[in-house]
Amino acid sequence: MSDIIIKVENLSKQYRLGVVGTGTISHDLNRWWHKARGNPDPYLKVTGENTQNIQNGNEYVWALKNIDFEVNQGEVVGVIGSNGAGKSTLLKILSQVTAPTTGVFKARGRIASLLEVGTGFHQELTGRENIFLNGAILGMTKSEIKSKLDEIIDFSGVENYIDTPVKRYSSGMKVRLAFAVAAHLEPEILIVDEVLAVGDAAFQRKAIGKIKEVSHGHGRTVLFVSHNMTSITHLCDRGLVLKNGTGVFDGNVNDAISFYLESDSSHHSLAKRTDRRGDGSVQINNIEVYGEVLGKRLKPTTGKDLFFKFHFDRNKKTYLNNIQLDLRIDSHLGAKVVWLSTKLKEDKQYSLNDELTFQIPKGPLNKGKYYGTFQCSHNGIVADEVQNAFHFEVIEGLYYESAQSVPINQSDVLIDFNII
Amino acid sequence: MNQYPQKIMSESKTETWSLVVTPKSRLFNFNIQEIWRYRDLLFLFLRRDFVTVYKQTILGPLWFIIQPVLTTLIFTVIFGNVARLPTNGLPPILFYLSGIIVWNYFADCVVSTSDAFKKNENIFGKVYFPRVIVPLSTVLSNLVKFGVQFLLFLGFLFYYSFQIKLPPLGYDLLMLPFLVLIAAGLSLGFGMIISSLTTKYRDLSFLISFGIQLAMYATPVIYPLSSAPEKYRIFILANPMSALIDSFRTIFFRTGELNYLALIYSVVCAIVLLFIGLLVFNRTEKTFMDTI
Repeated sequence: MSDIIIKVENLSKQYRLGVVGTGTISHDLNRWWHKARGNPDPYLKVTGENTQNIQNGNEYVWALKNIDFEVNQGEVVGVIGSNGAGKSTLLKILSQVTAPTTGVFKARGRIASLLEVGTGFHQELTGRENIFLNGAILGMTKSEIKSKLDEIIDFSGVENYIDTPVKRYSSGMKVRLAFAVAAHLEPEILIVDEVLAVGDAAFQRKAIGKIKEVSHGHGRTVLFVSHNMTSITHLCDRGLVLKNGTGVFDGNVNDAISFYLESDSSHHSLAKRTDRRGDGSVQINNIEVYGEVLGKRLKPTTGKDLFFKFHFDRNKKTYLNNIQLDLRIDSHLGAKVVWLSTKLKEDKQYSLNDELTFQIPKGPLNKGKYYGTFQCSHNGIVADEVQNAFHFEVIEGLYYESAQSVPINQSDVLIDFNII
Repeated sequence: MNQYPQKIMSESKTETWSLVVTPKSRLFNFNIQEIWRYRDLLFLFLRRDFVTVYKQTILGPLWFIIQPVLTTLIFTVIFGNVARLPTNGLPPILFYLSGIIVWNYFADCVVSTSDAFKKNENIFGKVYFPRVIVPLSTVLSNLVKFGVQFLLFLGFLFYYSFQIKLPPLGYDLLMLPFLVLIAAGLSLGFGMIISSLTTKYRDLSFLISFGIQLAMYATPVIYPLSSAPEKYRIFILANPMSALIDSFRTIFFRTGELNYLALIYSVVCAIVLLFIGLLVFNRTEKTFMDTI
């Protein structure tokens, strides 16, 4: 039964840039003066689009602009977007931490939000006392917590330390305990921010499994934010893509992820990319991807050689000694596939002109879409880094002599092996 | 055929949202039901305040008693023996202690409520619960502290009852809980106003910490109200705490009659402050995360 449990209408949130606190009295007075005369708020008209890199001179910025969506009961929605797209702002409004500037949001049932693991943990209290405190902050009653205490302690795996003050815990233990409390909440709507990024791999698996159980097993509605596309595909059936504060895609989770990754990468020359990191002493202007033969415009193909050619900025090549160039290739779901680095080949001399090429013999990538992220450092200091700098498509080709292909849902990487 | 009743149902369903969030809150939105739902949190905060404050101290909760005792001793020496301020003929220790514990309850509540938003920024920024729980728990935990100090006062009263002849306690002892309630209301309202304003204007938090010290001198803590010159008395009584401290002493020492008019004034002040406090607090809790 598809009952609408969350309804978001025309939701917007405006933030003020710069130092909040200076000039607030004058702004307040001005605002009040306009209101007193029945005019609209003068500061709401200033509409700077939420682009964090481009200075548009506006003091006010829309972190969210005209968001509309509905969520049905039992749906698990992944909210996707690059940094600063407005994901966290949306979750903050939905968890009532802050109010929207315009628009309405309606919900049915209890909302529990997990924007951070271990909110309100007190260092001096024991693990057991903190379970109660944290649980109550998240909206549980004492009796609810009491009835689940054993389960929570068991899930956290810190039985031996449960009567020790939390300040003696390792950070991993704290996270496990905090997640255990949160996992046993029983709200109708659960809002989860990137909290699973902490903890080791085993814990993450456990946490994702628990969220899955909560959503699919108990029919709860979950809104989930993550940068990890793999966990989004595992958990969610629907994806909502935000970009610069507006909703740009809403639909099937796999389509949403491809939409996001596509919109995220650019074909343009890297010289104009502003989302780079590093001190800029070295800059990469252009990357070319070739299949089969270097310099020939052939599509990268499984089983054929693969080339990545990096062009450095000529004006900055004084530093071309002592540089290290790393290239990471991710699958279209964001899973890390391979990492190449000049560091790994230190014994071998490579020519350092204003270009450098990585060659991968017998391309071991399965057919599909891949994303490249590079980092160039000079004397150990990051000089230039661009996340998802480029993407390329690998088309099906021959890798094994049997001419059989590896199903794409099995593996992104192919490897030679023998049967003996 | 089938669609018709379904449509009706979905329409009627849309009317039953349990939560509607809009940019503007209703002017006065004090949801008792919601606070009742979070009552366990209130007591856990209360407990946290107690368990954690004196952890890793040697004297622990004894500090509840040491503070007023030391202050009383200093006041006795300075104001009683050096400055020779009148004490209505009462033993100075009893006189000062009675003023100090009542005033301290008010002052501590105001000061600790006033940074409710700032101090709990990290919790408020991550999870929703009725924010009013925090000032409420502060006022309650100070009430417990006051209770302990009041027992100390009763101990001194008992001791002095052998030394000098104290008047017997009358029916107006029943007024005592009301005095405490009024003090709680005053400090809660005042603290909530300050805490809301400090989210935007931080200057206030500096002002409040020494302002409350100065305010003590505008309250009959170290002098009896009766000793104040007639023309200033009205200004001292303008401070709603004055009537409370004066009445507290009247109940135990019979230094005069209860001034009901002044008490009613305090009650009105408390109600007005509470009302404004809740109003401002409600407005602030929705957006303070953006300005703090």
